[in-house]
Amino acid sequence: MTDLTAFRAETRAWLEANCPAEMREPTSGFEDACWGGRKWTFQSDAQRVWLERMADKGWTVPEWPREYGGGGLGREEAKVLRQEMGRINARLPLSSFGIWMLGPALLKYGTEAQKQEHLPKIARGEIRWCQGYSEPNAGSDLASLQTRADDAGDHWVVNGQKIWTSYADKADWIFCLVRTDFSAPKHLGISFVLFDMTLPGVSTKPITLISGKSPFCETFFTDVKVSKTQLIGELNRGWDVAKYLLGHEREMIGAMGEVGGGRPLGQVAAESVGLDDGVLADPLLRAQIARLEVDAIAFRLTLERAGDMAKAKQGNPAFASALKYYGSELNKRRHELAMSAGGSDALEWEGERSKDGAAARDWLRTKANSIEGGTSEVQLNIIAKRILDLPGA
Amino acid sequence: MPLLLNDEQAMLRDTARGYLAENGPVAQLRHLRDQRDADGFSRELWKGFAEMGFTGILAPEAFGGLGLGHVEAGLVMEEIGRNLTPSPFLSTALLAVTALVRGGSEAHKAEHLPAIVAGDRLFALAVDEHAKHGPHKTALNAERSGNGFRLNGTKTFVVDGHVADRLIVAARTAGSPGETDGLTLFLVDPKTAGVATERTQMVDSHNAARLAFENVEVDADAVLGEVDGGWGLLEGVLNVGRTAVAAEMTGAGEEAFGRTLSYLKERKQFGKAVGEFQALQHRCAHLYTELEITRSAVLKALQTLDERFDAAAPIVAVAKARAGTTATLAVQEAVQMHGGVGMTDEFDIGFFLKRVRVAQELFGDDAFHADRLAKLGGY
Repeated sequence: MTDLTAFRAETRAWLEANCPAEMREPTSGFEDACWGGRKWTFQSDAQRVWLERMADKGWTVPEWPREYGGGGLGREEAKVLRQEMGRINARLPLSSFGIWMLGPALLKYGTEAQKQEHLPKIARGEIRWCQGYSEPNAGSDLASLQTRADDAGDHWVVNGQKIWTSYADKADWIFCLVRTDFSAPKHLGISFVLFDMTLPGVSTKPITLISGKSPFCETFFTDVKVSKTQLIGELNRGWDVAKYLLGHEREMIGAMGEVGGGRPLGQVAAESVGLDDGVLADPLLRAQIARLEVDAIAFRLTLERAGDMAKAKQGNPAFASALKYYGSELNKRRHELAMSAGGSDALEWEGERSKDGAAARDWLRTKANSIEGGTSEVQLNIIAKRILDLPGA
Repeated sequence: MPLLLNDEQAMLRDTARGYLAENGPVAQLRHLRDQRDADGFSRELWKGFAEMGFTGILAPEAFGGLGLGHVEAGLVMEEIGRNLTPSPFLSTALLAVTALVRGGSEAHKAEHLPAIVAGDRLFALAVDEHAKHGPHKTALNAERSGNGFRLNGTKTFVVDGHVADRLIVAARTAGSPGETDGLTLFLVDPKTAGVATERTQMVDSHNAARLAFENVEVDADAVLGEVDGGWGLLEGVLNVGRTAVAAEMTGAGEEAFGRTLSYLKERKQFGKAVGEFQALQHRCAHLYTELEITRSAVLKALQTLDERFDAAAPIVAVAKARAGTTATLAVQEAVQMHGGVGMTDEFDIGFFLKRVRVAQELFGDDAFHADRLAKLGGY
């Protein structure tokens, strides 16, 4: 306990000295974050400095081993770091699919050479990753994917199309599911490969969403030569890697239910509807906000408990589906209420006053939370089958 | 502290689970109800609670107790919830012990704690005066009279009120109903002249009573805590009760869900187990998720009572609100998914529906606690 206390004191002092003031301001929108990568332009000096300092400490990935650019912290220490960052409202130094999704899969399935090659660049935000999973005809039924990788000796030739590839146009590398055996049952002919998005034959086309933004792309592969050294895990066993990674993706999307998205809703509503004797003047809105807050606190504790259970080897891997399901639905609820709390002010789509409709665009973006990474309905199927053991599920 | 049980706690849970399943199953509640039992609980079971140490779970070791914490008390409550076991555990072993330990004089503790631990003395906490919980609304009047006080007023929904050997009564010694200042807790012997007790037969077949106080004289040493300054003590005791009832509802909700799952796997219609229908599977998966999320909040509330008792109010509100809505969903789904048999008195599932309705109301329902959280959040 005293070690942790000392660690907390050191961490607090270090953060105080090293976290720039600008990086303690609440983010104004979903994309107001540092994503890194070869194409990244820092939005401010503070953003760059904050990333560099945290990366030097290994604290962009506090729990990864030091030899791969991590901080080598234990779970309790990492918790302290998160708490201390939360205490001063420090922003995440780096938002990254490499950290949240690929990294854990590489740590589990990658060879030593693959870890050495990729993990440190993820930790420092040098390479930005995207995920090539869904295809036009493989959504909820992901395992029916058709993008093919044909054996050509020391490399594969990849042809096909991915869709809903988040930030593919901004990414440097892709982790991608490809079919390497067309005769095997659909789950047993898939491989998990990595390749550079600048390779000849790779092209991307942004998809404009209802939010007016284009976080997702169509991604096309025409005779792309992918080195066999970039196969993660065994040939034709990519589904295992994919599922493991999906578990992390689900936790990530679920965890969005935890992020406050800036200011507490009660405060936002107080500005638009006013307070009456210390309580919100709109009692029905207040009740909905209060119930959301009850659920959000309980959900945050459940993320914490799930982590504790995993560490104590008491967890069920399918529990990530429960977190993903609840977290994404919670986030949608939160943003519906944020729109109610904001009233007509939140409906302005352009202009300085609304920061170009930031609240509305975020609200629309959350509608994808219960679709991406496996729909809510797919998560419920998984819970019914793998946790509740219901027949025929 | 991780949100997990440690090894000792897991052992206690297993012990309590085995003991309650064997000695306090739903059949016992049914039997007590059918017999119109005068006590409304099994005295033999309570003797067993004393032998197991459950009566002294929170009581300090100096008074013969186990000196354990709220997490441990919550484990017993959860098993009580699973079995719908009627017992004085909540009122006596948790609420009264907390009130005595935190507000009692050394003499109070010496007089009552060992008797509680031995299973020889029962207590009841008398707070509510209206159909909806609201301790600040306390109007029962205690005016100074000679060396002591004279009590006038009424109380309702007093759990174990008709079997208690001592009452802990929230009374107003100053100010007006609606104010948190001016409240005082009194220890009252229900045999004192002027105390009238009416047992109320409740929907869940658990104990409750209405009490009337007419010029009831008590000595100055009947005061627990400070005169006029009883709010903090009362809130502390209530927070223990709220969290304990949340743990009970967690057990009841999970048990109702578990019985429902078993039923869905057995019951066949259209030539297959009804659990094969996706319409039911998704509702079960949703309910499972709700139960797990509630479990986290309840465990955190119990841990917070052990670690930072005076800072527990927000998480207690979350736990009680969540447990209320989740258990309510669980028992409603249980009855619906059991179909016709769920509506029969012969089948036990209806007992869960009834008990959860009462536990929801006890010490504030989900709306009360969501409101409380909003107030604590400044909106």
